[in-house]
Amino acid sequence: MGSLGLALLNSLDIGLLLFIIAVGLNIVFGVLNVINFAHGALYMLGAYLAFSCINGLGMPFWATLLIAPLGVAVLAVLVDRLMLRFVYQREVTDSLLLTFALLLILNESVRMVWGTGIHVVEPPELLRGTVTLPGGIRYPVYSLFVIFAGAVVLFGLWFLFNKTRAGKIMRAAALDRDMAQVLCINTRLVITGVFAFGAWLAALGGVVAAPMRAIDPGMGDKIIIESFIVVVIGGLGSFPGALLGAIVLGLIHGLGGRFLPEINLMLPFVGMAIVLLLKPHGLLGRRASL
Amino acid sequence: MLSHEKTMNDTPGTQASLPARAGRTGGSATLAWGAWLAAAVTLILLVILPWVAPYFYIFIATEVLILGLLAASFNLIFGYTGMLSFGHAAFFGVGSYAVAMLLQAYQWPLLACLLAAVVVATVLALVIGFFCVRLNEVYFAMLTLAFGMMVFSIAHQWRSVTNGSDGIAGFAVTSFGLGLDVQLGNPSVYYHVVLVIVMLAAALLYLICRSSFGLILRAIRQNPERVAFCGVNVRAYRLASFTVAGAFAGLAGGLMAPFLRIASPELLHWSMSAEPVLMTILGGSGYFLGPFVGAAMFVLLEAWITSMTQAWMLVLGIILAFMVMFFRRGLLGTILDWFQERK
Repeated sequence: MGSLGLALLNSLDIGLLLFIIAVGLNIVFGVLNVINFAHGALYMLGAYLAFSCINGLGMPFWATLLIAPLGVAVLAVLVDRLMLRFVYQREVTDSLLLTFALLLILNESVRMVWGTGIHVVEPPELLRGTVTLPGGIRYPVYSLFVIFAGAVVLFGLWFLFNKTRAGKIMRAAALDRDMAQVLCINTRLVITGVFAFGAWLAALGGVVAAPMRAIDPGMGDKIIIESFIVVVIGGLGSFPGALLGAIVLGLIHGLGGRFLPEINLMLPFVGMAIVLLLKPHGLLGRRASL
Repeated sequence: MLSHEKTMNDTPGTQASLPARAGRTGGSATLAWGAWLAAAVTLILLVILPWVAPYFYIFIATEVLILGLLAASFNLIFGYTGMLSFGHAAFFGVGSYAVAMLLQAYQWPLLACLLAAVVVATVLALVIGFFCVRLNEVYFAMLTLAFGMMVFSIAHQWRSVTNGSDGIAGFAVTSFGLGLDVQLGNPSVYYHVVLVIVMLAAALLYLICRSSFGLILRAIRQNPERVAFCGVNVRAYRLASFTVAGAFAGLAGGLMAPFLRIASPELLHWSMSAEPVLMTILGGSGYFLGPFVGAAMFVLLEAWITSMTQAWMLVLGIILAFMVMFFRRGLLGTILDWFQERK
C-alpha cells in the first residue's frame, strides 16, 4: 500500500510539473494556431537561468522564481516581434519551421554559454529534506512543493481565463481572431502577449524543475516530447485536456516505472498510440477528424 | 529533370504570386534547355570528380549524394504532400542500423543489405505513418517528432541489440552482389557506387513524383478537403507518400553506414531529422532537385563553418530562420524566379 501511495504521489509530482509546461504549449496553440517547437528549449532556458541566478549570483530561490521566467518572457516578445510576425499570415508549416529554427538557435546557445556538463541547483532551506506523511511514507518536501506549485498554476489559470478581462480577451482571440479585432481588441498585442505568457509558463516549469532534475542541454528535448504526448493525449488546445493528459502521463511514468520497468520507456508512446486510435483528437479534444 | 517548373512552381509560401507568373510561359522553353544543359554538365562533373578533385571532395560528394537522396525523400512528404515531418531520421537511421547489423553478423553483399534496409524502413514508416497521418499538419509535425525520438531512445537504451550509444561499428563491406568484383573499401569506388544507386533512386523518385500518384499528392497539399470531396482517400494517399518517403530514406541510410563505418544513435536523433528539413528549405521545396542543391549547400557550409566555429547548429538555425522568413522558395526557386523575371 505504501509503495502504491508513493507511486501515486510521484505520478502527481511528474504530472503537475508537466501540466505547467504543456498548458503553455496549449495556450499558445489555442490563440496563435502555432505549435511552439522551441517550448522545451524555453523551459531549459528557465532552468539554466535559475542555475545562474542561484549559484552564480547567489540570489534566493524565491526571487529567481519571479525573475527567470520574466527574462524568458521578454526574450519571447523579441522572438515574436522579430521572427514570428513575418509568418503569421502564411501557412501553419512556416511557423512550425520558424519555431524549429528557434529550437536549434536556443539549444546551441545554451550549449555555448553553459557548456555540455550537468548542473545542479540545491532546493531552498525551507524545502529540503523529507517529511513523513500519514501512512508512513517518507516523501521529499521539494516534491510536495512541486505539487503545490502545479495546483497554484492550475487555479491561477482557471481564475485568469474565467474571471479576468485579460483571460476573456485571450479566449475571444482563440475563438475567432477576426471577430475579436472587429470588437476593438488589439489582437497583435494579444498574440505577442500570449506567446510571451506561454514562454513564461515554460520557464516557470524550468525553474521549478531545476532543484530536482539534472540541468543538461538535453533536458529541453525530453520535455518537449513529453509535452507533445500530453497534448496529444489530452487534446490539442484544450485547457482541461492539458491537465488530464499531464496526469495520465504522470501516472504512466509513476506506475510504469514501479511495476513495468523494462518497457517503461515505450509506455508513453503506447499510451499516445492507443489514444490516437480511439480518440484521434485526444481525450478532451474538440474538432472532428478530416 | 529540371524541366517541370510549369507544374511545380507553386510552393505553399508563394501562392499569392502565382497569377503574376501565369502568363509567362514563352521564356520557359529556353529555360528548360538551360536547365537540361546544367543537369548534364553537373552529371558529367559528378562522374569524373574522383579524377579531378582533391581526395577530400570525394567524401564531401558522397555525403552530398546520400543526404540529397534523404532530403529528396523528405520532400515527397513536405514539398509534394504538404506535411512537415520532424522524424525523418528514424527511417534513415533504421536503414543504417539494418545494413550495419547485417554486415557485422552475416557479411551479406551490399545490395542485399540495402534491400533489407529499404524493407525495414518501409515497414517502420508504414507503422509510424499509420498514426501520424490521421490528423492535420500540426499533429503530424508533433507526432513525427515524438515517434522519431521513440526510435532514437530505443536504439540508445536497448544495449543488447543496438549496442547503445556506442553504436554498431567494426564491420566490413566484403562484396557488392550480382557477382561483380567491386573494391568497396576504396572511397572513390564507393563514391561511384553511391552515385549510380542515388541516380537510379532519384530517377525512380522523380517518376513517382511525375505520376498520377504524385499529382494527387500535390492536389492534397493545395486543398485536402476538395481532394477528399472528389472521392480520393486522402489519408491513404498521405500514408502511401509517407511510406514511400520512408523507403527511400532507408536506402539513403543504408548507403550511409558503410560510408561512416558506424551506425550510431545520432543518426536517429531529431537533429538528424532537422537536416533534410534544412536542406529542402535551403534548396527549395517546390523543385524536385531543390533538396539535392540544398544538400550540397548544407554539406559545404558545414565543412566550412565547422572549421571556424563549434556553433554549427546555431548558424544553421539562423540560416533556416532567414530562409523561412525571406527566401521561402529556396536557392533554386529564387534563382529560377530571377531568370523568369528577366525573360
